Amino acid sequence: MRDPEKSSELEETAPPGLPSFQEIRRILEERVEGLRLEFIPNPAAPDQSSFCVPTEFALETARILRDDPRFALDFCSNVTGVDWLDQTVEETILHRETTDEGERTIKEIVRRRRPGFLEAVYHLYSMRARRGPLVIRQRTANRIDRVRVASLTPIWRSAEFQEREVYDLFGVRFEGHPDLRRILMWDEFKDYPMRKDYVEPDDYEYEPTPQGEAAAKARRHYPYGGAR
Amino acid sequence: MSRQTEGQQFASALGMGNASPEGPRGDSPVLPPPAGPLYEAKPKPGSARAAEGETLEVAVGPHHPSTHGVFRMDVVLDGERIISLKPRFGYLHRNHEKLCEGGTYLMAIPYTDRLDYFCSLTNNWAYVLAVEKLAGVEAPERAEYLRVITAELTRLLNHSCLVGFLLQDMGAMGTPLMYAFREREKLVDLFEELTGARMMCNYMRFGGCRTDASAGWLERTRRVVDDFPRFLDEFEDLLTSNEILLARTQGVGKLSAELAINAGVTGPMLRASGVAYDIRKAAPYGIYERFAFRVPVGEHGDVYDRYMIRMLEMRESVRILKQALKEIPEGPVLNPKARRRNFRPPVGEAYGRLEAPKGELGFYLISDGSPRPYRFRIRAPSFINLTILEDMCLGHTLQDAVIILGSVDIVMGEVDR
Amino acid sequence: MVEEGLRNELSRQNIFLTSIQELYNWGRRNSLWPLNFGLACCAIEMIAASMARFDIARFGAEVFRPSPRQADLMIVAGTVTKKMAPMVVRLYNQMPEPKYVIAMGACAISGGPFKRGYNVLKGIDRYIPVDVYIPGCPPRPEALLHGLITLQRKIAGERLTGPERPRHLRELEPSEYPIPAYGPYDLDPPKNTELWHPKPFVRDA
Ligand code: SF4
Repeated sequence: MRDPEKSSELEETAPPGLPSFQEIRRILEERVEGLRLEFIPNPAAPDQSSFCVPTEFALETARILRDDPRFALDFCSNVTGVDWLDQTVEETILHRETTDEGERTIKEIVRRRRPGFLEAVYHLYSMRARRGPLVIRQRTANRIDRVRVASLTPIWRSAEFQEREVYDLFGVRFEGHPDLRRILMWDEFKDYPMRKDYVEPDDYEYEPTPQGEAAAKARRHYPYGGAR
Repeated sequence: MSRQTEGQQFASALGMGNASPEGPRGDSPVLPPPAGPLYEAKPKPGSARAAEGETLEVAVGPHHPSTHGVFRMDVVLDGERIISLKPRFGYLHRNHEKLCEGGTYLMAIPYTDRLDYFCSLTNNWAYVLAVEKLAGVEAPERAEYLRVITAELTRLLNHSCLVGFLLQDMGAMGTPLMYAFREREKLVDLFEELTGARMMCNYMRFGGCRTDASAGWLERTRRVVDDFPRFLDEFEDLLTSNEILLARTQGVGKLSAELAINAGVTGPMLRASGVAYDIRKAAPYGIYERFAFRVPVGEHGDVYDRYMIRMLEMRESVRILKQALKEIPEGPVLNPKARRRNFRPPVGEAYGRLEAPKGELGFYLISDGSPRPYRFRIRAPSFINLTILEDMCLGHTLQDAVIILGSVDIVMGEVDR
Repeated sequence: MVEEGLRNELSRQNIFLTSIQELYNWGRRNSLWPLNFGLACCAIEMIAASMARFDIARFGAEVFRPSPRQADLMIVAGTVTKKMAPMVVRLYNQMPEPKYVIAMGACAISGGPFKRGYNVLKGIDRYIPVDVYIPGCPPRPEALLHGLITLQRKIAGERLTGPERPRHLRELEPSEYPIPAYGPYDLDPPKNTELWHPKPFVRDA
């Protein structure tokens, strides 16, 4: 997935009805000053690869995506959050090296700790021109205190409740959202339940076929009887 | 409190005070705040009437017979007109996403049944569509036909029940809903015979369908489908030109095309506003290109158009069903190469969507190569269609809001997930 | 009590013998008015049960009341979430005595398929007493009718006096239960320990 050759190959594919990812990147970086888009390849469904947009440019980029006739993405279908925990990722880095026998490429596997972050993912379509999806993402700096991204509700109204939901369940704060409150959980609730490290209240004792974590919990709650 | 002021309060509560601000109200002294209000009256800063403490906050729901489940709207009324309406969700938040992330890909299928519990089959399909996109699996021909047939039957079921409930909200207690449920029973009988369950069908799998349909089942389906237009005629005779229905629905809850698109409204709601966008045509999935059908589009975007679109859509569904039932080939219904147990799709993500009876139903999956989805997201049409509920209701009365909500077609299982 | 044979004989002679208790229970059990109260998927099957094919009116329970003040049977049809649970208890408290509760479906009994959810109450019997449990997901309308008949049998067997008398005739039993509050992580309290006594469960090894 992180093979740079593969990645640039994937960048030549195009989302349905739109220019190729390379082209999209070129257009956007030309129109927004200072914007650098990170291409996120998606090997399983290459036409649904995505761009990571830096938070400070997100609103402007979104406006272009909606209003520029080359995109005309007037319909923001889906907004969601993803929680990425701290991870150790393996990266393959290609080196070019000149030795006595000439030039050769060396693949090197590097392990690196990637700090966790939260992500807001937007799926954009065009209703009038029947295009899409183009997927864009915004990432927070970390999972604890720097969890702000730009709200795209001013561009697409359909993001209003969905961003509230992402705030409620993941704790991503959307700057510029008109009404950022909890939506599904009650207002007094303190935690963000869709995060991967959320611990639910220990409030059930019995499950007929416990497995995995539920089995561990079952063992805590009711003792083994019979032949043990 | 004098009799006169009481009378005026009553009149303004009925919205009569609105018409003539210079009327009897103009020269009467400022009213004292009501001694013991039935509801809590909170002044809203800004408006003159609000300064008099005359706005009324009413919480409709979560237990209310007209909210289609446990939905709550916090309504602020000025006289009888709605000046603010805030939907409140979460009373049926059942954590589908978290639970499905904790189980394997196969284990998520029964949960999708319980999302929009009228349309379990389209829910199944939307999910397996996303998984098939993720893993690159294909379904055999006969399974594709069965999917179309069951999905369109689901659409018939959903729309007829919806119209029944909508009329129930309008005060037609019983009759239309009884008719709709009579048809529903015929359809759920078919589902039960095919899948073993009336409501929670759990029928589709990655790469096909779980069981094959017998010749007898197809025959019975044909009979039900052939009979269906009769019910539609009967229903329309009863309703379409009914004076009360016209008076209550025309011009109520208008939604413009621009706002609808921007707010991500999909399905019959969007088409009633005049946007011909149906995913079955715009980005065909399955084998929908093979069928001839039309996409009905409304003009005014009011409640009546939404009702009418659903009636017309049912007729188109009948058309699709007739073609599909004629053409369905023999063959297997499950792709033998598709794994179901110990299924690990490749690393990546996929978003699959289809035209569910309520709008665009999408599933967004992220796979990290393990047997469990890393992220499982449901894009629920009825949740997002509610974004513009307030815009549609402003300036209407509370009883109109009930109808507007009914015409959005929500199911709380899907709204709150 | 008069014995059964004699009673039949008398009724053939147009003499009808009964006791106050029987008459009272007979009247109550055949006119149960359920609260018009749907929570989730199971509610659809409850509506189906009230429609033409299953016709709950045959058992005298077709008068679905929108207001708890007019109802004497609460059919908890569907998943009770933690956010909804205080409202369910409040509705129960608002119903006049004698009142009965049917827990319809796996969710109302124990959380059902959503048992492991963070916002799902694991059974409504943690807060209010339940008379009849109907398993199923969703229970078929026939199952609901069976549950209703079971409740009617239960009412028919109630005694008006003596130590066996039902909850609503005992002065010391509460007719209202405390309403849980929303806490920062869970409902507060998570269960009514005075009411809810799960059987100690020992697993086979
Ligand atoms: S028991 Fe099943 S059908 Fe009933 S509410 Fe729960 S999930 Fe829905």
